Amino acid sequence: MSLIRQLSNKSRNMTGMTALIAGLGVMSVLSLARIIAHAPDLTSSGTFGGAIGLATPVAMAGIAGLLSERAGVVNIGLQGMMVLGTWGGGYFGWHYGPWGALLGGAAFGALGGALHALNTIKFGVDHAISGVAINLLAPGVTRFLSSIFFQGVEGGSLTDSPPVGNLGKLTMPFLAGGRIGNFSTPDIFGYLERRQFFLISDVSGLFGGFLRDIATETVLLLSLIPLTAYVLWRTPFGLRLRSSGEKPSAADSLGVNVVRIRWIALIASGSVAGLGGAWLVINIGKYQQGQEGLRGFLGLAAVIFGNWKPFGVFLGALLFQFTESLRMQLGDDPSRAFVFAVAIGLALFAVFQIFRKSKKVGFVLLPASFLIFLYVINADRIDDKLSSTFPFLITLLVLVFSSSRLRPPASIGLPWSRGKDS
Amino acid sequence: MNPKNIMRSLSTPLIVIGAAALVASIALLLAGHNPLSAFSAMLDNLSSADNLVTVVNYASRYYVMGVAVAFGFKMNLFNIGTNGQYQVAALFAGALGGWLRLPGPINLVLILIVAVGVGSIWAVIPGVLMVTRKVNIVVGTIMMNGIAAGLIGYLLRTNFRDANDRLTAHTPTIPENSRIPQLNSVLKVFGIQLPDTTSLHGFFVIAVMVGILFYVVVYRSRFGFDLLASGRNANAARVSGVHPKTMVIRTMALSGGLAGLAGMSVLLCQQFEYGDRFPLQLGFAGISVALLGRNSPIGIVFAATAIAAIEQGARGLVTANIPQEIGQIVQGTLLVVAVIMYELANRRNQTRMIKESALALTIEKSAV
Repeated sequence: MSLIRQLSNKSRNMTGMTALIAGLGVMSVLSLARIIAHAPDLTSSGTFGGAIGLATPVAMAGIAGLLSERAGVVNIGLQGMMVLGTWGGGYFGWHYGPWGALLGGAAFGALGGALHALNTIKFGVDHAISGVAINLLAPGVTRFLSSIFFQGVEGGSLTDSPPVGNLGKLTMPFLAGGRIGNFSTPDIFGYLERRQFFLISDVSGLFGGFLRDIATETVLLLSLIPLTAYVLWRTPFGLRLRSSGEKPSAADSLGVNVVRIRWIALIASGSVAGLGGAWLVINIGKYQQGQEGLRGFLGLAAVIFGNWKPFGVFLGALLFQFTESLRMQLGDDPSRAFVFAVAIGLALFAVFQIFRKSKKVGFVLLPASFLIFLYVINADRIDDKLSSTFPFLITLLVLVFSSSRLRPPASIGLPWSRGKDS
Repeated sequence: MNPKNIMRSLSTPLIVIGAAALVASIALLLAGHNPLSAFSAMLDNLSSADNLVTVVNYASRYYVMGVAVAFGFKMNLFNIGTNGQYQVAALFAGALGGWLRLPGPINLVLILIVAVGVGSIWAVIPGVLMVTRKVNIVVGTIMMNGIAAGLIGYLLRTNFRDANDRLTAHTPTIPENSRIPQLNSVLKVFGIQLPDTTSLHGFFVIAVMVGILFYVVVYRSRFGFDLLASGRNANAARVSGVHPKTMVIRTMALSGGLAGLAGMSVLLCQQFEYGDRFPLQLGFAGISVALLGRNSPIGIVFAATAIAAIEQGARGLVTANIPQEIGQIVQGTLLVVAVIMYELANRRNQTRMIKESALALTIEKSAV
């Protein structure tokens, strides 16, 4: 009975109404900050659009982590699978263009996922250890491959692939001024955004950012998020996958082939992480050694922040990369970006608190976040390196202050084999 | 130990090495190189005295880092955060040592204390979060790594820019009299003459001491007994009076402190400043060394030496016109295969133990 309750998990979900109110609350705080600090870029479509782009690879790493962790396998190897994905993207993108980059990235990432499956499922190796091994193996493999395939080729080197080309950008007609054939359509959100209304302009900026000049690969990959949500929560396969992560023995007793499900989940996980890598390749235009940065680990953080739910993961990725996008928009004044982002996180958290359990904490934090917004006006210059610690800090804070609200899959990380109860 | 047991314990490492060599050979063949000439080039590069000294230097570094990780593993604590711990420790130790410039040995001791202390603190934070807020130690230490990376980048950029070359950043250079002395003169006593360009790092002595300390603490002390007991069966240990929370904090402090110490091999024997050129993956190398060496004081010696030797050997491939990146493939394969093989060996042992105890039980019953 408790299994069914855990899987349906309805009562603990935020209802649509609460989410809407929370979202509007955060946007109001941002809007106030924009007006007070005279920083129209804070909620401009450029900022949001940039954040969505930057969030895509992190969100892909997060979805990859979600897929594997929902099936019960911890995936520290996301970083390594992403590295493999960047190389696959670079090589196949060089030969077959950007579409080849996507397929190649997915295929190479899937190899990493398969290795993780072999280690953890077939041989019962500790999940974290296998993940670390993959993270250590992947850069060596890709560097070796680069030395063979990229070094000495025109435009290539030990650390770079030849260029891969891009897929172009998309803009929604009518709402964001996209073109249909030769006819230009009105840009409704753009108009509203330029008028600098309270809240309305900020929300328009948000939607404008989502709908204007979005790279094709971003749209493609982000569509995997609702797809993941649909497959995991609305199909029999998804139910089986999640039950493999909650209580594999129970699932097994009902005829679910846990081993096969976990293999599929890990290969899917690897290929989604690889797609995240391929996005980076297409976005930068070529494979570059180390271009993944710490995004695999950021994805892991996004999984926790998003409470093992697809849209939560996306929200986490968006929040984590919002700072970076703001920094780019505001140019040489990254101080604002950082402090703004801290305040946004605090505001988000406060609103969450008010609508969930501890109203007191929320009502203390909300004005606090507002005070930080005010402080921004006089803020000293703060480094972008420092602001890169923010996603990790906020994830630790979430773990520390609202871990009771987090609900990871029950059997995550536990070794399981048929006939052994756990 | 009977011959059968010796065979069994030898077979695993042999299979691991064989598998790594096989994978490397396949990779080399696919790339159009002769594996045999590659391996002989690697061996060639290990034959001279100065190259062997380099292997010892790197092995000492990896050994201490491996022990740092192994301490955690002994009680099932996976400290992935050694990478952040040693870097934060080295930054603070380097900054302090370069600024203070106290008289030689005092400064040296102070630098070492700061390194161990800062490493400990960086490791204890996720430990505290684990015991107070149940934050998973793997997740906690990964987050601390991310925070360390950003913090170090920020501190280097804001406070330690090079006065002449604004693109590089490093802490002030450690004065010569507060570095760890080299051991070339000791080698000379044994009749080994090294070229001026290489030196046997004094850190080797520290590594040996760490090894002895590791053995004594884990296998010959009350703390070690508690540590192993908590690792094997946390509940049984708790019932027998071991305080699990204190154990976590202490173990993380030890682990992080050793990670900080390992970084001193770079700071006080090789580069004498913390900056952009500092190795970035030492902590992860420690994880692979600990795993390869199965967390045993002697096993880690072999693992650290093997990793260092592969690295040094691979440097010799350049002259043979073979990509030296093959060294990283060998290391990675070693690790993956070793992890699998050890797991299989574990499983085999467990089945045997279950069978033996079942047998003992039936004998007991039939006796009654």
